[in-house]
Amino acid sequence: MAEGTAWNVYDALKMASKEIYGKVLTELGKENDKIVGVTADLAKSTNIGNFGEAFPERLFNVGIAEQNMMGVAAGLAKTGLIPFASTFAIFACLRGGEQVRSDIAYQNLPVKIIATHGGLSFGASGSTHHCTEDIAIMRSMANMTVVVPADGFETAKAVRACVNIPGPFYMRVGRGFEPPLHEDENFDFEIGKAINLHEGKDITVIACGVCVLQALDAAKVLEKESGISVRVLDMHTLKPIDEEAIMKAVLDTRRILTVEEHNTIGGLGDAVASVIAQSGKGCAFTKLGIPDEYSVIGPPEDLYARYKIDATGIEETVKALLGKEIEADEDWSDED
Amino acid sequence: MPKNVTVEELKAKAKELRVNIVKTTNYAKSGHVGGSLSCADMLTALYFKFLNVDPADPKKMDRDRFILSKGHAALGYVPTLAMAGFVPMDSLKSFNHYESCYGIHPDSRKISGCDASTGSLGHGLPMGVGMALGLRYQGYKDSKVVVLMGDGEQNEGSVWEGAMAAAHYKLDNIITIVDRNKLMIDGPTEQVMGIDPIDKKYEAFGFKVISCNGNDMADVDRALTEAWENKGQPICIISNTEKGFGVKRFQGKVAWHYGAIDSDMLKEAIADIEAL
Repeated sequence: MAEGTAWNVYDALKMASKEIYGKVLTELGKENDKIVGVTADLAKSTNIGNFGEAFPERLFNVGIAEQNMMGVAAGLAKTGLIPFASTFAIFACLRGGEQVRSDIAYQNLPVKIIATHGGLSFGASGSTHHCTEDIAIMRSMANMTVVVPADGFETAKAVRACVNIPGPFYMRVGRGFEPPLHEDENFDFEIGKAINLHEGKDITVIACGVCVLQALDAAKVLEKESGISVRVLDMHTLKPIDEEAIMKAVLDTRRILTVEEHNTIGGLGDAVASVIAQSGKGCAFTKLGIPDEYSVIGPPEDLYARYKIDATGIEETVKALLGKEIEADEDWSDED
Repeated sequence: MPKNVTVEELKAKAKELRVNIVKTTNYAKSGHVGGSLSCADMLTALYFKFLNVDPADPKKMDRDRFILSKGHAALGYVPTLAMAGFVPMDSLKSFNHYESCYGIHPDSRKISGCDASTGSLGHGLPMGVGMALGLRYQGYKDSKVVVLMGDGEQNEGSVWEGAMAAAHYKLDNIITIVDRNKLMIDGPTEQVMGIDPIDKKYEAFGFKVISCNGNDMADVDRALTEAWENKGQPICIISNTEKGFGVKRFQGKVAWHYGAIDSDMLKEAIADIEAL
């Protein structure tokens, strides 16, 4: 990190996002004594325990009690502190969900919820431990900022950035090691600004989280093997969403595919669709994600393939979407 | 440090608060009058003797915190804040009205002196535990956190999550109070979902338990004095009260958990309170 962290890029390339979270939070803790942590018997699994080892008096483990965890986080914030609260995504958004909504978001408190094991990343644990609802839930809470970083580098930058957001913040990362998207930390990351990773003119794939790398891989294969020019947008911030980047993609490519590790209801796809629908501009549009069902058990990679949110599934869907008929009128300049 | 106020003075204040509660219920058209009247003595003793709070500096860091975990008693709480000088008395007339700062449940972002938005039951103690931990970590050793809960509220699992944590972290800066008025919306607590022996439950969770007659100011004063002097473990005051206390028509009546007061009923209620 440019800000001078104690760990280097070489390590970051081999670390899971949650490990990077633990390390960056510990760095932040040294800089800012207002930062405290809360967890619910998942200090080790979420890596917030790393912060607790450095600052034992500043990490509060409440045991297996997520409602209490979120309430305690709200109370800590009420005394002027900046609490980071970490548990698995499913427990953060649902088991402690009402506390997140009424104690944290309603009171607009600066609690930073860093949820791990999001999406299908806890594959073998099954649907009780998968989380394909959190984006929809968190996005609909007023005051909440929602981020799903694509890799460890983005996680590090988001953890630093969220401290400066005055209100509540929700970020979802995975369980284990997901291959890094970026080669190093030398890229611009701003909450609310999509990253254009690959320029293209035929179609735009908008993705978040682990699906971004899959989309980028798909774009490279499609360009090389089929001559299809794919723009790839890394939409790491789900709320506030980058409407400008979405509309630019609609106007430039007229075909949009969204890809996410989430139920296709209420997540990235619906957020993008809403922007497009309200603009009055038409385009060919498809959402990839978990269909409205409970996911099956298995290694995450197999699940990503099953739900077509891996590179192969994205390639197939891009080709299908390119064959979809759209409105012939290409000239929208007269519609403004 | 508690202020030097006599029981007689507090009793007069409690009467005044009860009158303001029924008047505000009338302004509001309807409200949770029963559970507001039951805890009126406790609210009075807290705000006029025990809590270190200052309407001129409502956010001072070294203040005591108060959380109305039984948020539906805002009808008792907001008039208390008005009498203590945090909000204008005249503003009570807007209670429940369009765009008012005051509704059935209190909003901390709209009410000066209100430390937490509440309403959903079982949220106050966890937030109180967080405040108590935060104050201790930041060195505010003399600041207490008082959490006033309902007795029906004890059904919520999150109360016990919070209680477990308060004892685990040895939070002797937290004082919980259970307004034991024995009634909830669907009937007597022991018929709907029994909570007794509630004192033994808190003891088993690691609390020092103090029981009192919550509608007898001398006893309320004794319980809070003992709680304020406590060291080493969290406190739970079981405040035995009567729902609707002070107004004969409401006293001990399930139906008066929530109700409307017209002008005739208001006169009757004020006469009852003044005769206390």
